[in-house]
Amino acid sequence: MDNQPYLDSFIAALLCLDKDTAKSLVDDMMKTVDPITITNQLVVPALEFVGDCWEKGTVALSQVYMSGRICESLIDEILPPGNPLRTDQPPIGIAVLLDHHVLGKRVVYSALRASGFELIDLGQGLTARELVGLVRKHQVKILLISVLMLPSALHVKEITRQLKPEGVKIVVGGAPFRLDKNLYKEVDADATGDNAGIAVEVVNRYVGEYYATI
Amino acid sequence: MPQYSAMQRVVAALSHEEADRVPVILPLTLHGAKEMGLSIKDYFSKAEHVVEGQIRLMQKYHSDAYIGFLHAPLEIAAFGGEVIYVEDGPPNSGEPFLRKHDDILSMQVPDVQTNPHLRITLDAITQLKAIATDQIPIVGVVMSPFSLPVMQMGFDKYLDLIYDHRDLFWKLMEKNIEFCRAWTDAQLAAGATAIVYFDPVSSPTIIPPELYLETGFRVAQRIIPQTKGAVITHMASGRCLPILDDLIQTGTAGIGVSAEEDIAEIKGRCRGKVTLFGNLNAIEMRNWDAQTMEHKVRQLIQKAGSGGGFILMDNHGELPWQISDDTIYAIVAAVHKWGQYPIETPEQRFG
Repeated sequence: MDNQPYLDSFIAALLCLDKDTAKSLVDDMMKTVDPITITNQLVVPALEFVGDCWEKGTVALSQVYMSGRICESLIDEILPPGNPLRTDQPPIGIAVLLDHHVLGKRVVYSALRASGFELIDLGQGLTARELVGLVRKHQVKILLISVLMLPSALHVKEITRQLKPEGVKIVVGGAPFRLDKNLYKEVDADATGDNAGIAVEVVNRYVGEYYATI
Repeated sequence: MPQYSAMQRVVAALSHEEADRVPVILPLTLHGAKEMGLSIKDYFSKAEHVVEGQIRLMQKYHSDAYIGFLHAPLEIAAFGGEVIYVEDGPPNSGEPFLRKHDDILSMQVPDVQTNPHLRITLDAITQLKAIATDQIPIVGVVMSPFSLPVMQMGFDKYLDLIYDHRDLFWKLMEKNIEFCRAWTDAQLAAGATAIVYFDPVSSPTIIPPELYLETGFRVAQRIIPQTKGAVITHMASGRCLPILDDLIQTGTAGIGVSAEEDIAEIKGRCRGKVTLFGNLNAIEMRNWDAQTMEHKVRQLIQKAGSGGGFILMDNHGELPWQISDDTIYAIVAAVHKWGQYPIETPEQRFG
């Protein structure tokens, strides 16, 4: 089945924040394919496209956020939490380090949930020490950290120093990492992504690697 | 070439004229604490600290302006919100104090003259004015009424408000506009020469241009034309190109340019209309050596310096705590070397 017309219409609906049209496209596809196919062939590519457009400066962050929110609610309807069809995964955690600016976390959280993952929201305004404690408590294997300010970004190093030897994969994002492409290496993170689509791609890869090693 | 004061140099730039050289403004809000050996929290607790810090920084680097700005969450403290201090960076706002949308209705606007948090800024500007006289400009800063809610209620809830509850959004804007007008007037009355209007949410990086026209643009039109002093609109690293003509229409005298945009293109579109501020990458520069800094500054001046209308600065409006003294010296040295008017463009240099 050629899904491109659906995908084009779905992206257009997301960018106009037209949830009704987005939902009718999902409902229409549901007549012929299963929810996982919709996730993989409609929602994930759409969110990746929107994320790429943000990186190129052709759509705004508010559209990325609202697209994620719409997709998250659509996927929750057809693939509710706990559904056995959802992606098999190790514990994945997400947090904001040191401040309370949660938008970046919220955007990535929605994109990953809309892509079939379940995430443990570890919170915001956390110190490096608190975050390390929460990761160990929840046995998180993939940790996504969002920051807004440069000092917070530099504190990621305290986390990578403690958690990487324990096998935790650490993915970072936020303005300082976007403005300095080498900063993630400086703090010894495993990866960074300028948009939520890249976060989905990176998490998919690390989930695959995790199951390949156990 | 006559010797210009910092004030004359900045006024010339804002008037789209060439002075002796390109002005350079170093937005050093935190480094004063380093100079005085104080924690950032202690430093910001008294106007006298901020004034002494600014004096020491001016003696050291000879910036073309004093910075009469402490930190962004100061306005949140004035509204009764929490400020979180860290040892190595600007203070952050704590948990948003507007926890649900209806809290907007009961939110009280602080009195700018008597609020103890805002008073520190006003006292600092007054004291700086006595020292600066009319020789050195003093930069005041306000958060735009449209961008302040990111700290008042959290970014995600604010976007929900803009998209889903437009009536309530305007109720919040009315209160924030009332505050912003009073806060702008008070800083100018205390001695600020110009006001930076920090408005990152209006940037096309954050909201689409059509939504900006319905919201942030209309808010700016109710602040900027009424302000009795020059206003510089700053997107704090956000892009501005797609809304450049609209920004000019707000009556702004200047625009802070993102490091992610080509300042030459922007200069080409707004030459003689608004002055550009920018756009050294404040995050990357902590790893630049003197040679790299000289190259970046020279390139920037060649792109945007000719004809006035350009003040060299970083892209964000605040140099991070992690920027070393040597890096700051390198900025100033490069401006003095390559920013003398008339600017030699690459075309002139290479024929």
